Amino acid sequence: MTIYLPIAEMSVDVFLILLMGGGVGFLSGLFGVGGGFLMTPLLIFIGITPAVAVATEANQIVAASVSGVLAHMRRRNVDFKMGAVLTVGGFAGSSFGVGIFTFLRDIGQVDLLVQLSYVLFLGIVGFLMLFESARAIFRSRTGTATRGKLHQHTWLHGLPFKMRFRRSRLYISALLPLGIGFFVGILAAIMGVGGGFLMVPAMIYILGMPTAVVVGTSLFQIIFVTANVTFLQAINNQTVDVVLALLLLTGAVIGAQLGTKVSGRLRGEELRGLLALMVLGVCAKIGFDLVSTPEDIYSISETPGFGL
Amino acid sequence: MSELRRILDPLRIFGSLRAAITVAAALVLLQIPADAARDDALAIDLSQDLIGISTGFKGADVLLFGATEGNGDVIVVVRAPNSQVIVRRKERVAGIWVNASELVFDDAPGFYHVAASAPLEDLLPLPVLDANQIGTDHIAFNPHFLLSLDQEEAFRSALIRNKQRSSLYSTGLQEVGFRGSRLFRTRVALPVNVPTGDYNVTVYLVQDGAIADRSESLLQVRKVGFEAKVTEFAFEQAPLYGLIAVIIALIAGWFAGFVFRKV
Repeated sequence: MTIYLPIAEMSVDVFLILLMGGGVGFLSGLFGVGGGFLMTPLLIFIGITPAVAVATEANQIVAASVSGVLAHMRRRNVDFKMGAVLTVGGFAGSSFGVGIFTFLRDIGQVDLLVQLSYVLFLGIVGFLMLFESARAIFRSRTGTATRGKLHQHTWLHGLPFKMRFRRSRLYISALLPLGIGFFVGILAAIMGVGGGFLMVPAMIYILGMPTAVVVGTSLFQIIFVTANVTFLQAINNQTVDVVLALLLLTGAVIGAQLGTKVSGRLRGEELRGLLALMVLGVCAKIGFDLVSTPEDIYSISETPGFGL
Repeated sequence: MSELRRILDPLRIFGSLRAAITVAAALVLLQIPADAARDDALAIDLSQDLIGISTGFKGADVLLFGATEGNGDVIVVVRAPNSQVIVRRKERVAGIWVNASELVFDDAPGFYHVAASAPLEDLLPLPVLDANQIGTDHIAFNPHFLLSLDQEEAFRSALIRNKQRSSLYSTGLQEVGFRGSRLFRTRVALPVNVPTGDYNVTVYLVQDGAIADRSESLLQVRKVGFEAKVTEFAFEQAPLYGLIAVIIALIAGWFAGFVFRKV
């Protein structure tokens, strides 16, 4: 059964889209990431323009994250105060990011930016997580786990505007989550992702939050950041396809619930190791596309040039 | 701009007057029977003149049929309104393929289909094909900047090639079939990704290497029903559309969370 998408202006198979939504939704529930870093490249792969893919995916992530965060709230795994601070930074960052996106679309470099961001950030995050989780798994297996200091004190802990985050058992400068929120917000808008794959490691390694609270809190702030991206893309670029988003989210919300249930049965470091492998896989695929000779070195676009 | 028009207008009137006089003079000189220049020599119709793009749209086939007065060949050109298209050329920079140069074409038809009862070059001389933009190689794309002819040709053929890849320009020459010597028909396939707009259908009757008559018709391609409403909403009330998109997502997510708690 096919359906014509009004904004994407193409016809797609309904079941394919539902399946893609379900599969990615499952992974998003499992790992506590929005799943955008998988879905956006998939959408582009089936022929949807990057502009529509990025904007529509943001809309879909809103729903997936709401559904995911409800499950985490019931287990009291959301630090609302931390989430709120991250959201403030994320709002500013994602607004800025949509601006960059619109500008680059006009000068014809948006695809390059999207691809480069994917390779760079997925690559860095993937390797860091893989390395860390492998070490954690190795330690727990050999039983030589040595408990070090709870966390190390660096210059980051000397920053002003200290706030107490009770749920995360932290007393840190508000500038840290604000800055992280801002930076991830920019990338969320450009890459069509929620930013969970960056936010989760940043929360663990930079903020030092307990792993249990990280996933729920990440999902919580992703709701607001992606809602902002959806709204701004709809205004600036008219590229949000609600029909496509509805199909994707129907699959995704169901998948996310199942994923959340399964995630409770896996160990934290195993989850992170699996996520790292997947992140690296997507990174390698996009990196390969950048360097391999394209089928046609000429491409066409109807977007009016800069200044029009 | 309007000032320019005012200046140009008298010229235009003069131009069309001159054209009319030239045509009349030519008719007298060549002693062509008056009725040959009338629409009677060529009659055409379309199986449908409105293509509605709705939820189930998978592309459409339009049947064009007609009759000619006397012998001759037929050329059919279907084209969608022009739009500005940017053609970009990638180059390898530090191992990565990057859009490096571009050429803007002002008048690229969104859809172009050409069919004829014989190869175009056999029917009409090249200047006539160019003047009437008959055949994908003869479309006047009107490039923005002047490049060397070689470069321009590379960009022009890339534009045609890309449009052909997405089935928007016909590849090769489509067939016009004759039934007897006077009745003809041809099929125009509109792919699922056709642009919307008022398409111009022009049928040329060719006799002895010249256009003997032409007949035009309109084919409308429109989004209808739900698709039309969504598009109109997204473009005309963008903030409200964005807000509703977010609210739908919030409700759907909450609903799914609610449903799954009971399971």
